[in-house]
Amino acid sequence: MATLGYYLLASGMLFAIGFAGVMLRRNLIIILMALELMLNAANLSLVAFARFRLQADAALAYQAHVFVFFIITVAAAEVAVGLAIFVALFRVRQTTHVEDITSLKF
Amino acid sequence: MPSFLFWIFALLMLVFGAGVIINRNPVASVLNLVVSFLALAALFMSLDAYFVGIIQVLVYAGAVMVLFLFIIMLLDLRAEKRRKINWVATVGGTVVALALLIQIFYVVSNLRDARQPFPPLARSTTDDVHNIGALLFSAYNLPFQIIGVLVLVATVGVVVLSKRQLP
Repeated sequence: MATLGYYLLASGMLFAIGFAGVMLRRNLIIILMALELMLNAANLSLVAFARFRLQADAALAYQAHVFVFFIITVAAAEVAVGLAIFVALFRVRQTTHVEDITSLKF
Repeated sequence: MPSFLFWIFALLMLVFGAGVIINRNPVASVLNLVVSFLALAALFMSLDAYFVGIIQVLVYAGAVMVLFLFIIMLLDLRAEKRRKINWVATVGGTVVALALLIQIFYVVSNLRDARQPFPPLARSTTDDVHNIGALLFSAYNLPFQIIGVLVLVATVGVVVLSKRQLP
């Protein structure tokens, strides 16, 4: 059986992949996708801890599921706004590459 | 859940997650991300979180990824041209990510609960949708309404951003 530690390690590795994506990639849309990976890694560890506490304190365990529900909602709203900003930026600059966008105002 | 299913889905999730940041073509990245999220939904279901798993498939693999794909095709993004690699940033990012990974390994390996198996369920079926719904509409009613306002603000913001005439 997979124990809690395996799930936490899988979650940590997914978070590290997303973090590396944010640090290494220079395409705005890929950076947003790597952010989504990190949010989902956090969700995985929350659900794993919730399953671990399910027997001892069921009400507390399902609070983690509610929290995951909120995280997913906020992430979806964030993606919608972020992609709208990228489209507005692309109409002005014709690029989504962070190194082409270095001025604060144009 | 048998352990080999955990290995299969965890490996799928990590391999395709790495594919997201390795691919140079944004469309390939999005498709990798969809597979990664589907494997993650399977892991949620292996933790008896059926509602979260289904929401993961519907909202992420369904709605959010279609939005990504739609924007990428709208902007007509091709595979990136190779640019001069900024070696300081690349090495720095890799080192920080590896340090984070080592730190996580260290913390998890010292966690006392990490080696204990999951406790068995009291009943064979979990009524997690019932429990989550009861919590959402009682103890977490105010955050739930605030989330509704947040989604409304996001909708208005997206409309304003896409209607504004840019210079």
